[in-house]
Amino acid sequence: MKRDWLPLAVVPVLALAALPLVASPPIWVTLTVAGLAMGMMVFMMASGLTLVFGLMDVMNFAHGVFISVGAYAAASVLLAMKAQTGSADLGANLAAIVPAVLAAVALAGLLGWFFERIVIRPVYGDHLRQILVTMGGLIVVEQLIVVVWGPDMIALPRPEALGGAFVFGDAAIERYRVLAVAVGLAVFGAMWLLLNRTRIGLLVRAGVENAEMVESLGYRIRRLFVGVFVAGSALAGLGGVMWAMYQESLTAQMGMQVMVLIFIVVIIGGLGSVGGCFVGALLVGLTANYTGFLAPKLALGSNILLMVLVLLWRPRGLYPIGK
Amino acid sequence: MPEAMLALAGVNTHIGQYHILQGVDFEVPRGGLTMLLGRNGAGKTTCLRTIMGLWRSSAGRIVFEKTEIQSLQTPDIARLGVGYVPENMGIFAGLTVRENMLLAARAGAPDEQRLAWIFRLFPPLEQFWHGLAGNLSGGQKQMLAIARAIVEPRKLLLVDEPTKGLAPAIIGNMIEAFRELKRTDTTILVVEQNFHFARSLGDAVAVMDSGRIVHTGSMAALAADEALQAHLLGLSMESHQ
Repeated sequence: MKRDWLPLAVVPVLALAALPLVASPPIWVTLTVAGLAMGMMVFMMASGLTLVFGLMDVMNFAHGVFISVGAYAAASVLLAMKAQTGSADLGANLAAIVPAVLAAVALAGLLGWFFERIVIRPVYGDHLRQILVTMGGLIVVEQLIVVVWGPDMIALPRPEALGGAFVFGDAAIERYRVLAVAVGLAVFGAMWLLLNRTRIGLLVRAGVENAEMVESLGYRIRRLFVGVFVAGSALAGLGGVMWAMYQESLTAQMGMQVMVLIFIVVIIGGLGSVGGCFVGALLVGLTANYTGFLAPKLALGSNILLMVLVLLWRPRGLYPIGK
Repeated sequence: MPEAMLALAGVNTHIGQYHILQGVDFEVPRGGLTMLLGRNGAGKTTCLRTIMGLWRSSAGRIVFEKTEIQSLQTPDIARLGVGYVPENMGIFAGLTVRENMLLAARAGAPDEQRLAWIFRLFPPLEQFWHGLAGNLSGGQKQMLAIARAIVEPRKLLLVDEPTKGLAPAIIGNMIEAFRELKRTDTTILVVEQNFHFARSLGDAVAVMDSGRIVHTGSMAALAADEALQAHLLGLSMESHQ
């Protein structure tokens, strides 16, 4: 089977093209790792949304609330375990991080299950109503976050062991960014194995292409969709924890704020494509970091420009799904 | 007359504001191959999709082996032993030929003997077994669509325009494949526009017009009556040799 490596090859080409522009190799290394880390976090948050869109043609504008809720759930655990997070001992840090991540994933997944049943299910097949009710759901959940955790920004210091940087020559690489890259790669690897080596993955890939045909073969696609929706929400929750610790702060609107990047990633990756989402997220992360350094005034628009260029090259995204 | 495997009685289907099926009544006898013919827009595809539960009937009964299926969900209808090949073939282009077949075999890995039989019917599928289904030619995709529907034994096979867009040589191969399929226990209902194909394979025939069945009988009788063909289908056999 012939694989299309061209979009993936754009990632190292972009990184190498930035090297002479940045001029300083240590700064380039720092920016590249920061871009990859940002890309991995965006991938975690976006991968569920692309599958949900691909599988059931559902436009979920409320995906950002799973990010926010995951971040707040984790922050509640981490702030309650300051003794562990403040310790320089990695074991003590992990004793706080693991339950925090589990709380984030569980609460975001549970909210996703509830959201699918109450908000999404009545509006299958109706894009206009999907946009309206998911936007409404987004506002409701954001306000519930304000009710539970308050309206003010919450500071979230990183656990001690995740602070600081690795220094290689003149290049400093934050430990947390290395962790983000590692977690992102692990999530992508697990998703790749699940999608390509299991029957459920086969069903998801087939369902993304043609849900009606999967049903005609005797499979209940709705059940599959609920599973994907819950898993995508839980992943968004995990991404939310990573993003909040990256920003070292969180607000009720943090999920909505990052949604612009997520939509760009989902669109340039190809709707429904996890591989495209991964490559798109890396491109978005790298572009944002290089542009932020080279031309800060262009930073805000750089990813829009990236999206335009990708869509001019491949109008249906980097890895279009053959619907 | 053999016992009916599938019976439609007064079936109505609305799609949006359009009233497509307007009281469809016909039976598909157990065994053999029944052709559903009709002009473009007569409602043939809607009829198959309604049987499969992909469109909901607004009135009438659809009985498959003594079970009313008009209110069942599509997966439940498929699980009763109904295979479906849609007009657009429904191939999963991003999956390999093997993965397409694997997905259709709900019981697990496809039976080796049955797979060998399918490869004899459609040799290109073995050749491109690990290739992406999206890279197959139109005829090969149709072969895969049919192979997928028969990878496990089905009681009833619904096939929508299997010759659409195919070259004459490939249509010849399809006719041979369907002849082989007819030798199995599977009952087949085929929607078709190609009268040569229909005449070659059909045992029974039902003709639709404007959302209703306007003729039922044996295929041989219709094939022998040019005046009836012209009346029902607006064609003569000579124009479809």
